[in-house]
Amino acid sequence: MIAFLRGMVLLLMLAGPAAAQSDLRPLIDALGAGSGFDATERAVQALAATGDPAAAPVLRALADGDLVTRTSDGRVFVGERDGRTYALTDALTGEDAGEAARGDVDAIRVNNRLRRAVTAAMGSLTLQSPSIRQRMNAAQAIFSARDAEAIEALDAAIEAETVLSVANLMRQARAAAVLNSDRPEAEKVEAARIVAARGDRDALVLLAPYAEGEGELAEAASAGVSAIQSRLTLIDWAQNVFYGLSLGSVLLLAAIGLAVTFGVMGVINMAHGEMVMIGAYTTFVVQGLMRAHAPGLFDYSLLFALPAAFLVAGAIGVAIERGIIRWLYGRPLETLLATWGVSLILQQATRSWFGASNREVSSPSWMSGTIDVLGAQLTLNRLVIIFFSLAVLLGLMAVMRWTSFGLQMRAATQNRRMAAAMGIRTPWVDAMTFGLGSGIAGLAGVALSQIDNVSPNLGQSYIIDSFLVVVFGGVGSLWGTLTAAMSLGVVNKFLEPYAGAVLAKILVLVLVILFIQKRPRGLFAQKGRAVEA
Amino acid sequence: MKLFTTAGLVGGLFAATMLSGAALAQDAPSGEPIKVGILHSLSGTMAISETTLKDVMEMLIADQNEKGGLLGRPLEAVVVDPASDWPRFAEQARQLLAEDQVDAVFGAWTSVSRKSVLPVFEELNGILFYPVQYEGEESSRNIFYTGAAPNQQAIPAVDYLAEEEGVERWVLAGTDYVYPRTTNRILETYLKEELGVAEEDILINYTPFGHSDWQSIVSEIQTFGSSGKRTAVVSTINGDANVPFYRELANQGVSAEDIPVIAFSVGEEELAGIDTGPLVGHLAAWNYFMSVDTDENLDFIDKWHAFIGDEDRVTNDPMEAHYIGFNMWVKAVEKAGTTDTDAVIDAMIGVSVPNLTGGFSAMMPNHHITKPVLIGEIQDDGQFETVWETPGTVVAQEWSPYLEGSRDLIADWRAPLSCGNFNVVTGQCGGQGAEAAEEAPAEEAAN
Repeated sequence: MIAFLRGMVLLLMLAGPAAAQSDLRPLIDALGAGSGFDATERAVQALAATGDPAAAPVLRALADGDLVTRTSDGRVFVGERDGRTYALTDALTGEDAGEAARGDVDAIRVNNRLRRAVTAAMGSLTLQSPSIRQRMNAAQAIFSARDAEAIEALDAAIEAETVLSVANLMRQARAAAVLNSDRPEAEKVEAARIVAARGDRDALVLLAPYAEGEGELAEAASAGVSAIQSRLTLIDWAQNVFYGLSLGSVLLLAAIGLAVTFGVMGVINMAHGEMVMIGAYTTFVVQGLMRAHAPGLFDYSLLFALPAAFLVAGAIGVAIERGIIRWLYGRPLETLLATWGVSLILQQATRSWFGASNREVSSPSWMSGTIDVLGAQLTLNRLVIIFFSLAVLLGLMAVMRWTSFGLQMRAATQNRRMAAAMGIRTPWVDAMTFGLGSGIAGLAGVALSQIDNVSPNLGQSYIIDSFLVVVFGGVGSLWGTLTAAMSLGVVNKFLEPYAGAVLAKILVLVLVILFIQKRPRGLFAQKGRAVEA
Repeated sequence: MKLFTTAGLVGGLFAATMLSGAALAQDAPSGEPIKVGILHSLSGTMAISETTLKDVMEMLIADQNEKGGLLGRPLEAVVVDPASDWPRFAEQARQLLAEDQVDAVFGAWTSVSRKSVLPVFEELNGILFYPVQYEGEESSRNIFYTGAAPNQQAIPAVDYLAEEEGVERWVLAGTDYVYPRTTNRILETYLKEELGVAEEDILINYTPFGHSDWQSIVSEIQTFGSSGKRTAVVSTINGDANVPFYRELANQGVSAEDIPVIAFSVGEEELAGIDTGPLVGHLAAWNYFMSVDTDENLDFIDKWHAFIGDEDRVTNDPMEAHYIGFNMWVKAVEKAGTTDTDAVIDAMIGVSVPNLTGGFSAMMPNHHITKPVLIGEIQDDGQFETVWETPGTVVAQEWSPYLEGSRDLIADWRAPLSCGNFNVVTGQCGGQGAEAAEEAPAEEAAN
């Protein structure tokens, strides 16, 4: 008898999903039945209300915009477009369902509102999923959707949850749902406290509407809001410093190479920005090659792009020095005009070669997204660039300080004739120095390809800023370049929220002009005879 | 050495263009060619957008020649490069009209370039087809506007967000020049007067051209959006600055489900340089998307790919505006039976041609065309999926009812009125708005 019962239960369990599947069909077909987003949204909610996990992939396909309705019988399929036909597969079972011409199916449109509804619905469907990640996503989805219908599902999930942090997230989600429900006030007040304890911007968004008005709930909510706001003010301040440093590090990268060619050699190189651009395009080419030949290493493509960009930009730099600049030493105005001409030629050459459109340089996965430092959201790519720019600066200082090339470079800078008399091949040193400056610009290009667009105009936007940094920092001083770049970045970022981006830039320029009036040699003035000469 | 090969390459490309031009003329019908001027920047900052438009014009002209030309005569393209330099636009326009004696010109992208060539076209009585969405507040007898006016793009976009997504709080972010400033002035009035949005629920932000450091602005948008009211960004950010802007949005995790961004200047071409995976759901309002599913459009795309020899090249809204404008001009010339400027200008009004979205666009008496308005969401393949469209086409408001000084103005180039800024209150041509329109170029130069 018991065996029989057990058998029956087993049979029922086996039959369960099959029965559910046949129940789901009309609900799935309803997704494409109505006209307009309202009808689809109702169908999504009906599908979610079944609580059947089998509905989750269908909803996911809907959110991805992959569902189509066959006009002849109103059935809904997953449709993959191939030119002027669609390949259909069954939305539930994934079985092949033949082909349909473009005119015979209607794609089910999704918009942001519908995507939000799907995310919320998926939340209650995947609350008890075996994957921790999915459970967290589900809790987060319910938190943002504040779906009052999900409270019971959440209670069950919290009961079953073994991971503490996930359970916490679920409690916050439950609190959000309670706030949005018609539960008694006392429960809502408690919920407001739980949400406030979360302390981030999402919590603020949720609490803000309840903070207006009177009563215990409004008090609890507004207490939460003001606590979060004062915390966020602090975080904003810290974030501003980070933004400033990251802008500074971009300025630093663009300016270090110039500090060598302008600061050390005294050459006004208007084509410096184009060296940066060449570095960015080299990154694009390297990524293209790696996508074709070594897709496994693609995530590290930037590491391969760095030496390539250094060599390519450096080689072009040497060519420019040998071909043009060496005939013009001691004639700064002519150098300026000649290198400006070179910059136009390089830009147009790039445009003819790669086309006028932007080129897509992708970010490796380890450089995308944000990390949370005590509540401040720091973007990873900017963080990497800050460290990279410092590394480049230190590397350059090491080369100048400890290599024989660095020594020769400094000698030729301080007293060219004396250096030549001591047997240093000054023309060779000049070419190599110019190549080094250009190579560093190429490295900057690799970094800038991660935050700016790779287009023929890339370099132009940095050339003025670079000169500003080098002049402000004190021509020829690498420490000055560092200080100038970082302080300009931070000042800019603190001015921006008050003055706006346009005015902030102008104000910074005015401040620098005033400063240069007072101290014509910049922050870190070079001392000694060589400077006077 | 590197420089030498580059120079060789540039020279080669140049020669190739010339040769293909010559080849076109050979298999075209006989007779004195009808010249069509193409005034698009092939170098400088605007080359990114305008080069494609030169290509599509060459395609349309080649296509027309295959169909037997126009009035039995072959068409010939005269291509110049104003190099994104506004005074040069005026010089090149003068050269096209006075020296090359072209019968119509297609060109200009920015409002500054259009304003620079406008006096030239009026002085020498030429015809210009202007193919880009713009801020309105203009109507010239010699210019045909085939892009959208603000009510054919910006206003329906705002309506969509308010109705469909329940947006109550607005960030108007733009590049600091005339198009975003005028459009945002119109939108600000519209939001307050028509949608009842409060002053504190509107945040206006301007950035310089080519702005690349969006960290604090994106963070400010997030803060502004955390009031509990649904927030959206209306972006009139132009050109290159869009790439770092969208990258920063993706990096700071601003998803379209939280704070959608609707853009008026970002099309398929601009998205080509961005990984659009994290941007799915952000919106754009245009009158055409490459993804539009009509036979006309699929044929157009096939033709474009065959012409350009690259399956990856995208099509976009200004290309459709050229397609419409060119076909309208062809039809008007056939109607007039001559390429004589005055006859063609008169014949243009009322001409109606198929657009690529499955309907017809007509040239109205205000020298603007009727267009459908489409709202699309960015997909992960860099294309747009239409999520909403107007049931029919929309007539352009060249003078916005939401701007002081232009409320009372209308444009009608039919006899006997024949006026671009007729004030219906005073009954004068060149009324109140005239000074504002004349001051505009000076304002742009300052920007």
